[in-house]
Amino acid sequence: MVEVKLWGALSASVGGNGSVNIEAKDIRELFSKLAQEYPAAEPYLKRGIAVSIDGVIYRDSWATRLPENAEIFLLPRMTGG
Amino acid sequence: MTADLNFTGQHLKSVGTRPIRPDGIDKVTGRARYGADFNMPGQLVGRILRSPHAHARIRSIDIEAAAALPGVKAVITAADLPDLTNGDRDLYDILDNCMARGKALYDGHAVAAVAAIDAHTAREALKLIKVDYEVLPHVTDVDDAMLATAPLIQDAVFTKGVHPRPTKPSNVSERSEYGHGDIEAGFAEADFIVERSYLTEQTHQGYIEPHACVGNINPDGTGELWVCTQGHFAYRRFCAQLLGMDISKLRVTASEIGGGFGGKTHVWGEPVALALSRKAGRPVKLVMSRDEVFRGSGPTSATSIDVKIGARKDGTITAAAATLRYSSGAYVGAWADLGAQTAFACYDLKHVKTVGYDVLVNRPKSAAYRAPSAPMAAFAVESAIDELAQKIGMDPLSFRIKNAAKEGTRSSYGPTFGPIGIGPTLDAAKAHPHMSAPLGKNQGRGLACGFWFNFGGQTCVDLNVGADGTVTVALGTVDVGGSRASLSLVAAEELGIAYDQVKAVVADTATLGYNDTTEGSRGTFSSSMAIIRAARSAIQVLRSRAAEMWDIPVDDVVWEAGYARATRAGHGNLAPLSLKEIAAGASKTGGPIAGHSEIVADGAGVSFSTHICDVEVDPETGATRVLRYTVIQDAGKAVHPTYVEGQYQGGAVQGIGWALNEEYIYGKDGRLQNAGFLDYRIPVCSDLPMIDTQILEIPNPHHPYGVRGVGETSIVPPLAAVANAVSNAAGVRMTHVPISPPRILAALDAQRPD
Repeated sequence: MVEVKLWGALSASVGGNGSVNIEAKDIRELFSKLAQEYPAAEPYLKRGIAVSIDGVIYRDSWATRLPENAEIFLLPRMTGG
Repeated sequence: MTADLNFTGQHLKSVGTRPIRPDGIDKVTGRARYGADFNMPGQLVGRILRSPHAHARIRSIDIEAAAALPGVKAVITAADLPDLTNGDRDLYDILDNCMARGKALYDGHAVAAVAAIDAHTAREALKLIKVDYEVLPHVTDVDDAMLATAPLIQDAVFTKGVHPRPTKPSNVSERSEYGHGDIEAGFAEADFIVERSYLTEQTHQGYIEPHACVGNINPDGTGELWVCTQGHFAYRRFCAQLLGMDISKLRVTASEIGGGFGGKTHVWGEPVALALSRKAGRPVKLVMSRDEVFRGSGPTSATSIDVKIGARKDGTITAAAATLRYSSGAYVGAWADLGAQTAFACYDLKHVKTVGYDVLVNRPKSAAYRAPSAPMAAFAVESAIDELAQKIGMDPLSFRIKNAAKEGTRSSYGPTFGPIGIGPTLDAAKAHPHMSAPLGKNQGRGLACGFWFNFGGQTCVDLNVGADGTVTVALGTVDVGGSRASLSLVAAEELGIAYDQVKAVVADTATLGYNDTTEGSRGTFSSSMAIIRAARSAIQVLRSRAAEMWDIPVDDVVWEAGYARATRAGHGNLAPLSLKEIAAGASKTGGPIAGHSEIVADGAGVSFSTHICDVEVDPETGATRVLRYTVIQDAGKAVHPTYVEGQYQGGAVQGIGWALNEEYIYGKDGRLQNAGFLDYRIPVCSDLPMIDTQILEIPNPHHPYGVRGVGETSIVPPLAAVANAVSNAAGVRMTHVPISPPRILAALDAQRPD
């Protein structure tokens, strides 16, 4: 079980919770369970979510493991110029 | 595969040197081939008809007379680009922006296009197209567009990020929120509070090369596109999806690029050129005029931002809050979201909250512009930081040092920072002679900090060893700032050969695996990771070939400084084999020698910068002259320091132009009034001093050499650095960018006693 902190807009879509607890071993499973348990999060998942694990941001490496006690933060998938 | 190469602190021999870029001679002698320099046999000239109205329903389009004009080979409207987006709203918006469907949403929105045998015929044909418009009320101002009485731009847009979901459509496409703590409690602890509102106007990236392409669709359904782009793989995907093609059947080649800065990460006329070609049965060349570039592509957001920051007498910030409203053009964007994330990222804050609103207006679709959205947020926050420091009685540099984020700080956008460079850039500013240089009458100094995320992404490279031992590296990240030089250095470093033995080229979409667009300061960061893996893979092959040549086990062969060496005592008489010698014998030891890698280069390190600016303001005319400018930025590791400095200078110059002169000016009719470089003033060399730079190197732990992206952060602080300098010089706080002479005079007049 990992605690996943959510940014404001995603938090609003899942009922205002600032964080959710999810049983997931990696980013792929995290997104899958998030969509299952919180259908309102699906538009955000579709648009793209980045995952910060202990301050390192992952946008595409869905096989990345989620260590126990890691700080996990979901952010919108950002764009650059 | 995920890249898992971390920083080791290895000694670097090639990386960090300053050889001449391989594309330099072609560029300064005019040989380099840009988007408009490519031609195909039998090609036609494409031209686009654009809406003269800011907001209008298209009742009908009559193309009959245009199509009948001799020399015209195709005329298209939205009907020739059927909706194949299958419910994908983002893709639909791209389609609609390329060619209006039912409504023109801004002055300059494409409504039809022609392909003809020459430019004259194409222009005449455009005049013959009859569009029946029903002009609708429009809104171009970001604050006005949020009013309940504002004309609704898209009736399918409902505000996201609010709960419960709204039942009525709105021009506000999204509300975003970041932060932590309790800002009200934080403000209650403050001895001093600054609360102000700021405006920034819409600017264009100002790339000198206009959008240009040649598109060709063959009768068998295959196609090719030669185009000026930052991301030819993304262009291939968008064009193929919009035209209903298989992705693999469209081959896209990126030309040299005359500037992109985010504006060439989006498709504009390319699907139109391909649709014209499909209808005409011949290649079509489409080159935008400067007027079209301004009216129909790429501007960044205009913004309206409220900031409130509180601090104790000792200079500790107790709370910070901002509400940020960003225009996104006529389509949904997420630009305010990025502003809300980056606004306070430079600071260690116990209580912080940012709220962003993305707002539709009747202007061109907003596009990414170098560290998109961060410069405007930094302008507002860094202006307020300066003013608060003055209110407390601290110098602005010490105030920033006291409150700077550091390793372990919970960032204002959420995650906890690892090792970061904001503190070192401020310390370097403190030690820099610029900070203590004297100022004269009507002169002022401004300081500002900036933050940008940087990111990596999907990356693929091939590394091929030729029969003579020279090496070709095929890249998929478009070279926007000298990356062929920096990435050649990386290949040379890994293989242990000279820089001039490596040739880096940008491969087309048919000859290399997928690469994400060159954006997010990712080009050198990501492709260097891929090259390191590919080179190390090639070294395994080189070792095995040497082992075969020597007839010894491969485990007895090591690779050192460009040579295979036998390690065991029993092989002591074997002279080392150079890469050239192994390459020369390749045909007899197993064939071609190559390395390849495909990775997701996550782990890009965040980047910080501190800028110092001196200006002189003429109180009679309101004109501002930049006297001195210094950029201090963390590069992680500067692979090619000269081109890192070039990125620092380029970003600073663009930011200075944004701060002082550049803006889209709309008339009451919603039409853009200054769509050309004569009336839209970008800085030229004679406007500026030499931009001084200082590179700091705080290694990114997630790159083998410690590299961070460097391309974008340098545009984040200048708006505020210039604004703070002008405010100090003029003695009045400037809150509206650009700080043009009329605005300075108005501010000076407003504070004079009647």
